[in-house]
Amino acid sequence: METVISTKNLFRTYNPDTIPVHAVNDVSITFGRGEFTAIVGPSGSGKTTLLNLIGGLDTPTSGSVEVNGTDVSHLKANKLIDFRLHNIGFVFQSYNLIPVLTAFENTGFIMLLQKASKEEREKRVMDLLEQVGLGDKAGSRPRELSGGQQQRVAVARALASRPQFVLADEPTANLDSVAASNLLDIMEKLNREEHVTFLFSTHDQRVIDRAYRVVTLEDGKVIRDENKRNG
Amino acid sequence: MILRLVWRNLWRNRRRTLITMASVSFAVLLAIVSKSLQSGTWNYFVSSIVGYYTGYVQLHKQGYWDEQVLDNSFVLGDSLREALSKDVASTYTPRIESYMLAAGDELTRGCLAVGVDPERETKLTRLREKLVSGSYFNDDGLIVSEGLAERLHLAAGDTIVLLGQGYRQTNAAGKYPVAGIARFGSPQLNEGIVFMQLNQAQELFDAAGRVTSVVFMLEDRHGLDAFTDSLAGYRTKGYEVLTWKEMMPQLVDQMTLDVGGFYIQIGILYLVVAFGIFGTVIMMTMERRFEFGMLTAVGMRKSLIARMLMGETLLIAILGTICGMLLSYPVVYYMTTHPIRFTGEMARAYESFGFEPVLPSELVWSNFLGQGAVVLVIALVIGLYPLVSLTRLNTTEALKR
Ligand SMILES: Nc1ncnc2c1ncn2[C@@H]1O[C@H](COP(=O)(O)OP(=O)(O)O)[C@@H](O)[C@H]1O
Ligand SMILES: [Mg+2]
Repeated sequence: METVISTKNLFRTYNPDTIPVHAVNDVSITFGRGEFTAIVGPSGSGKTTLLNLIGGLDTPTSGSVEVNGTDVSHLKANKLIDFRLHNIGFVFQSYNLIPVLTAFENTGFIMLLQKASKEEREKRVMDLLEQVGLGDKAGSRPRELSGGQQQRVAVARALASRPQFVLADEPTANLDSVAASNLLDIMEKLNREEHVTFLFSTHDQRVIDRAYRVVTLEDGKVIRDENKRNG
Repeated sequence: MILRLVWRNLWRNRRRTLITMASVSFAVLLAIVSKSLQSGTWNYFVSSIVGYYTGYVQLHKQGYWDEQVLDNSFVLGDSLREALSKDVASTYTPRIESYMLAAGDELTRGCLAVGVDPERETKLTRLREKLVSGSYFNDDGLIVSEGLAERLHLAAGDTIVLLGQGYRQTNAAGKYPVAGIARFGSPQLNEGIVFMQLNQAQELFDAAGRVTSVVFMLEDRHGLDAFTDSLAGYRTKGYEVLTWKEMMPQLVDQMTLDVGGFYIQIGILYLVVAFGIFGTVIMMTMERRFEFGMLTAVGMRKSLIARMLMGETLLIAILGTICGMLLSYPVVYYMTTHPIRFTGEMARAYESFGFEPVLPSELVWSNFLGQGAVVLVIALVIGLYPLVSLTRLNTTEALKR
């Protein structure tokens, strides 16, 4: 499988001068195209920090992160923002959407930043909203949508920009189990049918069970890496 | 799209936006109203004071103001009169004046004897309206100021004697009936002035056809510069053109002081409003920290977010300012046409100086635009805060919940 992300001896250390906390502690790992991978571990184990480093939101204390051969840890601020814009889709735990824009506008927002043409945008946005089952909610504002629907719009938005991969930090943490499984269904379908690479963190066992690969963190270290695709 | 975002963000917390706009409007309203009162009051004071006697502008022979003697008079011939009425968009009145001794039956006092054109003079300084007894000139009768008349024990119909020097040090002496007594608001004038007819005075001073000054009145003080510019040509022909500001520098000092005090007051008002808006902006910025973090995370450059925020502040400020200006128009208009009157002690003090006991106001565009601009600038400066906090924003920190 083609490698999309690779980290080498990645460290992210807080308070290096007093009592150092290695939120990410010497992680060397690769992720391939088309993966559907869960990063798991108890709270404080470093999931968010690792995803932030991979997504170019945070800078490693040492080590490197390469995305498609680009070392993201050395990009300048605006270059980095543009890199994220064109290469990485993000889904956060909650409040992903711009409250004053409709589902349709939110989904098209990143494409707009990418300066995609209007026709292309409208076509893709409608297509994606259909795929996440919200074709009829295109004109709704976030507050008119349920939490699960909001997360599905966030997934659609993350995909709209045709990123190399999607990072989702605990996307189901604020959802009930029905909405969570619904979201996972959609993500899995997009992974299967559109070959979108998903990397999501969670500590919910039901979500973990859906992943094809499970990377377990503890105290910032990878303690287990299981591939369950054929298992 | 950014515009749409700006507009919708504005209405996302409708109440807060409206409150902020209202406070901007209120500041603009208050500022414009107080500025209009302040400048209206000054306009009224200045026009009253120059209306006593000095006029807005005077034309003299070069050097007269520094040495106010008859030898520095000039001939106001037909050609100059014609030129003045043609060149100058204002009424004027000619005067010839000199210090003389005035004597009644027993007493003698110094006074300013002024020869005037009765019709023109009253148009400019309303001399006729200041009469308290007698008539406004008659054959060879004079107008004597009330204070002087009292000191010399003179009444209308009595005789007054004027003694002194005329043009080129000739002796000047004359005996005249008192036609009327006039009261002046300014004590200085009331204590010692005598008005004669122009030709009568020229005869007394042995200065046929000569005047010491030509006095001009204007609608209000705002047209002053343009007016003096129109007289500039006379400066090269041996005349001096002086404005009230040059003739009454103490008044200008007073005004500068007063305007300074006004700006301190209004500055405090602005400060209060600025803190109000600042509070809103801080709240708004903190509330939206996560959103800004999310936007930079997904690939929106901070400069673009900054543009959006600046747009929001600008819109609030502009809409608020426009509302404030629109609201203040009827208020200032009303206060200009129906000035606030006051009564009691204060009113009597005003009246004794010949002022109406009112708070005058004026409707001048520059007041509206000036105050509006100040508030706008303040709002823009405050609008920098979210930009500063945005540049400091750390995406991962902002995304923490
Ligand atoms: N800004 C910070 N300052 C100090 N320690 C931090 C900071 N952010 C995270 N940490 C620490 O790093 C560790 C990993 O945190 P995090 O990546 O958020 O874990 P998770 O997402 O798995 O719950 C935790 O021990 C946390 O306390
Ligand atoms: Mg976390």
